[in-house]
Amino acid sequence: MLFLSTFLSVLVTAGIVAVLLAEAITFFADVSVFEFITGTRWTPLFSSKQFGVLALVAGTTLTAVMAMVVALPLGLLSAIYLSEYAPNSVRKVVKPILEVLAGIPTVVYGYFALLFVTPILRSISGDIAVFNAMSASIVMGIMILPMVSSLSEDAMRSVPRNLREGAYALGSTKLEVSTLVVVPAALSGIVSAFILAVSRAIGETMIVTIAAGQNPTFTLNPFVPIETMTAYIVQVSQGDAPAGSIEFKTIFAVALLLFTITLLMNLLSQFVVSRFREEYE
Amino acid sequence: MAVISQTEFQRKRGRRKWMGRAFYGLCLISVAIALGMLAVLLVYLFIQGITGISWSFMTSFASRHPEQAGIKAAILGSIYVVTVAGSVSFVLGVASALYLEEYSARSKFARIAKINIANLAGVPSIVYGILGLQIFVHSLNLGKSVLAGGFTLALLVLPIVIVASGEAVRAVPPSLREAAYGLGATRWQVIWHMVIPQAFPGILTGVILAVSRAIGETAPLIAMGALTFVPFTPDSPLSRFTVLPIQIFNWTSRPQERFQEAAAAGIIVLLAILLVMNAGAVILRNKFQNKWEG
Repeated sequence: MLFLSTFLSVLVTAGIVAVLLAEAITFFADVSVFEFITGTRWTPLFSSKQFGVLALVAGTTLTAVMAMVVALPLGLLSAIYLSEYAPNSVRKVVKPILEVLAGIPTVVYGYFALLFVTPILRSISGDIAVFNAMSASIVMGIMILPMVSSLSEDAMRSVPRNLREGAYALGSTKLEVSTLVVVPAALSGIVSAFILAVSRAIGETMIVTIAAGQNPTFTLNPFVPIETMTAYIVQVSQGDAPAGSIEFKTIFAVALLLFTITLLMNLLSQFVVSRFREEYE
Repeated sequence: MAVISQTEFQRKRGRRKWMGRAFYGLCLISVAIALGMLAVLLVYLFIQGITGISWSFMTSFASRHPEQAGIKAAILGSIYVVTVAGSVSFVLGVASALYLEEYSARSKFARIAKINIANLAGVPSIVYGILGLQIFVHSLNLGKSVLAGGFTLALLVLPIVIVASGEAVRAVPPSLREAAYGLGATRWQVIWHMVIPQAFPGILTGVILAVSRAIGETAPLIAMGALTFVPFTPDSPLSRFTVLPIQIFNWTSRPQERFQEAAAAGIIVLLAILLVMNAGAVILRNKFQNKWEG
């Protein structure tokens, strides 16, 4: 019985792969793989259908990259503060509060992006559309910030004290100890946290669905409506594409691509930790 | 080796100290931005939504008229779905954790299973929705029901329960197990009478965290097909349902301001539920920690 339930978790992975592959294969019987991965126009819901997934990949890349532009510096600096500067009493209070950000449901962030951040952006420049990648990305960056800061901080705190003390004894300032000793020593943990955060940003759904639009565009312009892979899956699920139709099958092809990308990133993150970890014992 | 003059050294040291202070300021600003965003988010939602919360909002069904709209169906739907997800993931998660920690900690299968669980935790939630759509809704013919939604979310949060339970089980001191074995207990008696009771607060904390993740999930349930107008409370496990996050999403995506206020009111209710659950988890964790230290 215990074995069976453990086996079930392996079965879930197999199930995901099987379900996605089964429908994706029939999709690729109708649409060439080459058209799918090189086309830049994605219009399966129109009468003249085109299946260039790069339009969706561009949207996903744009939002994920911009979210990391927010989350990486803020997260890393927060982690350095918590690990190297903050007194224990402050750290004990600030860290859990930061982690609250990660526990807020994504639909709440979507609301916040669309109805709070977007109007502010639009008051700065009238050229920004109501649905845009910028607003969704900023909010997504805030959401994944605690992931970067918590995991990086754990890595920094596991750097042994004597490394820091050695650097201080040579006359280093706290800045030099933090950036030239602690961060490089913890780099594998930081990089792996970073990769996990990117993977999380790629798979994020509700913020981009609500705030970034449903307009697949092959662009890197953050001020116009776009559509990510995840938002497309939601869009099709909202309507009633009959099972077996080509529109229905597209979500499996897109989900398969999404699953593959995030799986590779998660494996890469585990590889970075196991391969490049500095051992000090 | 280059020798620098006293004044040159003083100048450089001054600059290094100044840069150190600037960097410290930058770190502080980063933390302040993060905390500030959280504060702005919560205050904004509170201001937007607090006027919308009333008794009739809690006890009415969704409606085309925003002033009559309420979250009764959504709250009950959330409770039912999360109850299914919580109990299923609790049983499966604890069983898996016991197997991995107590029975086969070093076998090859256990190693593969652990890597697999780590990767499952990173699969985007919407992919679970597609899995649920094909397996539970279509293949097992459960329809877009409470059971199908609950099972889908159970699979989604299963890795959280397994990891938390595994840690709790590992934290039980080996001396307790050995004492029980020494008295002639079988492996199952040791697990049932020693390990599970000792690890229970930790396991429960994990289940609460998993449930609070499940209660906020929107995307997998939409992918499963649960985004429909449901003006009734589910009356059986096979009944159709809606949940709080889906209702919030639905209202957010409407242009009328009154619906957006209703969405904010729904968000306040959702966050209040999460707050209560997480406070429960923290209290349990503290109780758990004191046990072996005190």
